[in-house]
Amino acid sequence: MDWYPLYNSLRIAAISCVLVFFVGIFAAYYVAKLPRAVKGILDVFFTLPMVLPPTVCGYFLLVLFGVKRPLGIFLARLGIQFAMTWYGAIVASAVVAFPLMYRTARGAFESFDQTLAYSGQTLGLSNTYIFWRIRMPACRQGILAGTVLAFARALGEYGATSMLAGYIPGKTATISTTVYQLWRTNHEAEAFQWVMINMLISAVILLVVNMLEKKNGKAGVS
Amino acid sequence: MSLSVHIKKHFGSFQLRVDLEHPEGITGILGASGCGKSLTLKCIAGIITPDEGKIVLNDRVLFDSERKVNLKPQQRRVGYLFQNYALFPNMTVEKNILCGLCREKDRQIKWQKMQQAAEFMQIEDYLKSYPQQLSGGQQQRVALARILVSEPELLLLDEPFSALDSYLRDHLQTQVKKILKSFGKDALIVSHSRDEIYHLCEYTALMGQGRVLRMGRTKDVFACPGSLTGAMLTGCKNIAAARKAGEYEVDVPDWGIRLRTAQPVQGHLCGVGIRAHYFHIKARENIYPVVYSAEIEEPFETTMLFRYEKQREGTPDIWWRVPKDRKPGRFPESLGIAPQNVLLLYPEQEDV
Repeated sequence: MDWYPLYNSLRIAAISCVLVFFVGIFAAYYVAKLPRAVKGILDVFFTLPMVLPPTVCGYFLLVLFGVKRPLGIFLARLGIQFAMTWYGAIVASAVVAFPLMYRTARGAFESFDQTLAYSGQTLGLSNTYIFWRIRMPACRQGILAGTVLAFARALGEYGATSMLAGYIPGKTATISTTVYQLWRTNHEAEAFQWVMINMLISAVILLVVNMLEKKNGKAGVS
Repeated sequence: MSLSVHIKKHFGSFQLRVDLEHPEGITGILGASGCGKSLTLKCIAGIITPDEGKIVLNDRVLFDSERKVNLKPQQRRVGYLFQNYALFPNMTVEKNILCGLCREKDRQIKWQKMQQAAEFMQIEDYLKSYPQQLSGGQQQRVALARILVSEPELLLLDEPFSALDSYLRDHLQTQVKKILKSFGKDALIVSHSRDEIYHLCEYTALMGQGRVLRMGRTKDVFACPGSLTGAMLTGCKNIAAARKAGEYEVDVPDWGIRLRTAQPVQGHLCGVGIRAHYFHIKARENIYPVVYSAEIEEPFETTMLFRYEKQREGTPDIWWRVPKDRKPGRFPESLGIAPQNVLLLYPEQEDV
């Protein structure tokens, strides 16, 4: 059996999850500070990929990065091509997973007790220290939940990925696109294998999340 | 050592316009909730930026809108004790205090100072505990330790006792007073409790509707709060509209009486206040016949409600409060007030 789709899915999900983690957190942090009108507009824009069908996201990504589009041509000159490549799939799944991270992180930041940050400032702590050592730990449950959700979403991404990265065995094939291809070409037994593998991964993720929650509960520090 | 604050800040329809000169020692800001007293502290600490004005601490300009000076909170060296103490929940007491020492680079000195502060505040047994495992009083001591090790030039205390139950509150007040004294720091204490302010502060500023109404030595301010809001803030129970009747006389139409005063009366007088404790059977002046109305019993005092014989219908009863052991056997037929105990109230300053 060719294990490439598993490897490819995991690396795409992992890399886009890391991307989404940082971009999502900083977007959430800075959007929360903006004036209300700008906040409303940006909030809609950042959340759209969650409510749009993934194929629509894929369409927009192709419009942006397609090989005959201005940005695509420009990037091609730099040696970067997102269409029909495995790292194109990173872009696709990151875009689709981003709102999950953004929204959960924003919710966590909004419920953060701002006086903690203020008291840190008056004590002389730098804003960077306050962010990473006080705000993030206080919000870690929400952020952890967002990260796991984003990873799971990126792992299961099909629509936008198949449009931007397509299905090229050994190159852009992921678990979800492989399942579809195998089913389409009457390889039901192989499709079933991948379905089982996917279910196993998902179950493991959920188990880990539950264990983390229990551990947090025991420490009594929330 | 001094602090001078002259700032303006708009918040929707609310307007903060504070002019405050804090000489040295401990000044209390007494005001009802929503009058802008916490906002003033936040402006001094640099958490909120005023629209315009100037804040100077010991010749150091913290904020000056004209010269575009606006120091960050980190640079102001102003300690802020929050109402909920704002201890970092993910850090032990020890780490919390070390956060106050972040300017100190030498690790050994850092450690020593932390230990000293913990000993002084009697929290050395809890150094490895997390804040949420401590009682309210212990949390307050940790927060104070954390602030004091950061060696601020000025301490701001925002309703420091409101989160505690009353027994603890009385004990901690005495303790905090001692701590502030032994550190020799200037402090501003914000509170809506006149008892706290009276107990802790040498100077008092009365605040209402976003501005300082009166500022002076605490005893003077309580003896002569000057305005209606001031009289209410300092706990005056009996307030009525009044007008000037003579150099040392005021008419109080609602009560149907004329009162002699110790201070000369200004023409723009608008009311008088009489504290519930100030009526006296044996007073020699301002004696008028009174009618018993009701009684409220408290643990150690009795409040008797009465009306003047010629008091206008629909006006509230007048409060007379006496310690239980000095309560007269029979309700008197008339009561008097010493002229120096008649508080003269003037209109609050209008916008210029």
